[in-house]
Amino acid sequence: MAVISRSHKKEVAGITWHHQSLARHRSELVERTAETGYYNGLTKLWLKEAEPIVFERLFSKLRSGVVDARETSKKIAASPIVEQEGELCFTLYNAAGDCVVTSTGIIIHVGTMGAAIKYMIANGWEQNPGIEDGDLFCNNDCSIGNVHPCDVSTIVPIFHAGVLVGWAGGVTHVIDTGAISPGSMATGQTQRFGDGYQVTCRKVGANDELFRDWLHESQRSVRTPRYWILDERTRVAGCHKIRAMVLDAIEEEGLEAWEQFSYEVVEDGRRGLKKRLRSLCVPGKTRQVAFVDVPYDHPDVSVVQPYAKINTIMHAPSTIEIKPDASWTLDFEGSSRWGWHSFNCHQVSFTSGIWVALTQTLIPTERINDGAYYGTHFRLPKGTWMNPDDRRTAHAYSWHFLVSGWSPLWRGLSRSYFARGYLEEVNAGNANTSNWLQGGGINQDGQIHSVNSFECAADGCGASAVRDGVNHGAAIWNPEGDMGDMEIWELAEPLLYLGRNIKVDSGGGGKYRGGAGFESLRMVWRAKDWTMYFMGNGYITSDCGLMGGYPSAAGYRFEAHKTGLMEAIANGRPLPLGPDFDPDNPEYEKALADGAIVKRDQQCVTTEKVFEEGDLYLNYMRGGPGFGDPLDRQPTLVEDDVNNFRVSPKYAEQVYGVVMSQEGDGSWHVDGGEATAERRAQIKQERIARAVPTRTWMERERERILGKSASFQVKQMFASSFGLSPKFLEEFKTFWGLPDDWELTEEELHRELGVPVFGATADTREDLSTLPDVHVVTFVEE
Amino acid sequence: MAYTIEQVQHLVDGALDWETVHRMLSEPKDAERFAIYRQILQDRMLWDDPILLPVGPQLYIVVNKDNNWVVKCECGHEFCDYRENWKLDALVFVRDTKGSLSELYPVLMAPDPAWQVIREYYCPKCGTQHEVENPTAWYPVIHDWEPDIEAFYREWLEMPIPQRAPA
Repeated sequence: MAVISRSHKKEVAGITWHHQSLARHRSELVERTAETGYYNGLTKLWLKEAEPIVFERLFSKLRSGVVDARETSKKIAASPIVEQEGELCFTLYNAAGDCVVTSTGIIIHVGTMGAAIKYMIANGWEQNPGIEDGDLFCNNDCSIGNVHPCDVSTIVPIFHAGVLVGWAGGVTHVIDTGAISPGSMATGQTQRFGDGYQVTCRKVGANDELFRDWLHESQRSVRTPRYWILDERTRVAGCHKIRAMVLDAIEEEGLEAWEQFSYEVVEDGRRGLKKRLRSLCVPGKTRQVAFVDVPYDHPDVSVVQPYAKINTIMHAPSTIEIKPDASWTLDFEGSSRWGWHSFNCHQVSFTSGIWVALTQTLIPTERINDGAYYGTHFRLPKGTWMNPDDRRTAHAYSWHFLVSGWSPLWRGLSRSYFARGYLEEVNAGNANTSNWLQGGGINQDGQIHSVNSFECAADGCGASAVRDGVNHGAAIWNPEGDMGDMEIWELAEPLLYLGRNIKVDSGGGGKYRGGAGFESLRMVWRAKDWTMYFMGNGYITSDCGLMGGYPSAAGYRFEAHKTGLMEAIANGRPLPLGPDFDPDNPEYEKALADGAIVKRDQQCVTTEKVFEEGDLYLNYMRGGPGFGDPLDRQPTLVEDDVNNFRVSPKYAEQVYGVVMSQEGDGSWHVDGGEATAERRAQIKQERIARAVPTRTWMERERERILGKSASFQVKQMFASSFGLSPKFLEEFKTFWGLPDDWELTEEELHRELGVPVFGATADTREDLSTLPDVHVVTFVEE
Repeated sequence: MAYTIEQVQHLVDGALDWETVHRMLSEPKDAERFAIYRQILQDRMLWDDPILLPVGPQLYIVVNKDNNWVVKCECGHEFCDYRENWKLDALVFVRDTKGSLSELYPVLMAPDPAWQVIREYYCPKCGTQHEVENPTAWYPVIHDWEPDIEAFYREWLEMPIPQRAPA
């Protein structure tokens, strides 16, 4: 059997194949890939073609092994985030740090753990601190690829007869990392230094045993040490299970077969992506965009740095270009700059997370590995929020941006699916996966505790071209997500449920409706010194509908203090129970004591606020966007929605144009005949009457732009994108026919409005690469 | 595997049984789908311009009577050359006030117009809502899609490229 071609230069006592150093091994692989266009120069899949049974046997064994490692570890985990929501993932890498196979779960970490291995390789970990059989490494550093500090990974090198033949990696989402606020995804910090305990590929154990200094230091760096330790044991157990499986496979199939397989399977993955693009899509370009609100200029957002107290908007335009040869480029030119909040992300977490979405549509196979990464050309301009050029950036809730940045890609691909008749694959988009109920203090067991309710692992899904979006079904980042059992959450959090209901009117309207979200009303119970905060989209609905469908609803918050509910319970008085059915005409307040303090608004990013016994917190999980003109929706479906509290009667009439009446039993009947048809025809005429030709509207909008008439946050968003992308500025000016000398800069906003714009110019930013002896690894075109 | 014309018709109508839809999602794609799908749609049109690509539930790229490739509404209205952004030739209604946004969502669940607006693009002839955008103020009209129809037909489908007037 032919084997991978490799350099025959002699190496000095390297630890991997044929005594090569890891650094040389990886650099030669990268060179061969760049030169040939095939991963590691593998123009031919020797093992797969000559020994297909061996190839498939290895794949099946390894894939089932990593899934088994995840499932077993999940069951022994203590944290409900791991045990209930499945927020963990195990992955097997080849010696060069490229993913061979991965488990189910939060597979964004295919790339993030691979980035950590590549960082160790690029920065000489082989020499210092050394990489040996039995070592344990820990990483959660966001500046080298991790998503956010709470995703903690354990990485174990796999040796066979003294040669490093691969790596096992496991990641869990831990409940607390000692950030400025309790909870795994805090909002109060504006820099890395408040983001929580961060560990950079640190050797934390040897001979399969964790170091005592590590155990002592790490426990006291977080608020929830027992979860921390048990999560770490979960990861170590899974990695060791994978290591044993690989050694077993080598025993059965031979070392040479494993070596060949561990590279061929990546090239096989790359080829698989091209085949899927060709079989599902249409060559050409799609463009799409996403926005997310960062409403920091609000009294309920407490940050130490005054320059962070501004409202801004995340901007993520994307272009998908599928070429006739079925290669493709994902280009994010024009994206806005990183900011003084915890929503920034590293290039790897952005690119790797895209595969989480695409395994649900473009490549829904178990053969997901780094082949898909090698088959994709990414452009993430340096300095954007998804590729920061400053080593101070905070990342704890990068998902606030990530989810919305990725989701339009699915929408763009859906244009191809729709054109080819693969209507079952069409997806109008995804929910903004929030709210995140977070906080902490002393829990009902008298212990220091943090919470991050993962109920938003079950948001409304986007509509397809053949059916409604799944109601309260999943999250883009974890297709197997679950809202979790209330009883388990009540054990994990000192918060009783007063209701858990479908969120009416949360799904976007359309011929096929976006999936409805849901809402949980929680009452603080037996907590002491307790704080909580909100985290989600509020002023903006972050994903668009498709082909005439509407975006899902935006977010809002409801919290109540001094409620008098403990007295109400003692005296048997009515309680606020069930859904917040009409937030514009609220019912909850009627059951609260006089003098209760209620906050109902769209400020869905807040920092810690004190919550006392009997206080209320509404956890509203968002809906998904809709597909197609709502006037084309079958009246019977509208009737079903109204009678099952997914759409309120008011919006059934206004959005879907149906004529309806209420029956004696309170149920609604929607006319499926002439009355509704006439009303819909009338609405279409009303549309024509109220609309204007687009070019006419553009003339008016151009005048607003010339007059620079817009809110600060809109102007800041454009100014930051213009500052990073002359191309985006030129396209903007061309579209609107603006004078050559027209410009909008962040400095201008500062000069004219007096608003601080720290970090706006290159001389106020400093990249990680400026640190001494640090070799950053770049994975995208910048 | 291939699916019958009847099954694809049901799919288009949103009436296909879930078991078959699930199989379509799970199994490798049926290469014949495009030809069947296109013919089903073509048979439903009141006009006979050949459909090149469906763009939306009621929007198509077709070869018109002059052999130009244009974007056309199901009602018969022709927007523009398929390489142009048809939205620029549509009607637009911009929801940029709390009042107009609250026609779609409760006030607390609607976007705030200081942050975001909703733009609805209609056919000028029949009033069908073909697309919705949710950008900020000032945002250029998004040119959603520029399909490479020639490469698609010639290289991917290996079908003859429909006739087209010289540019």
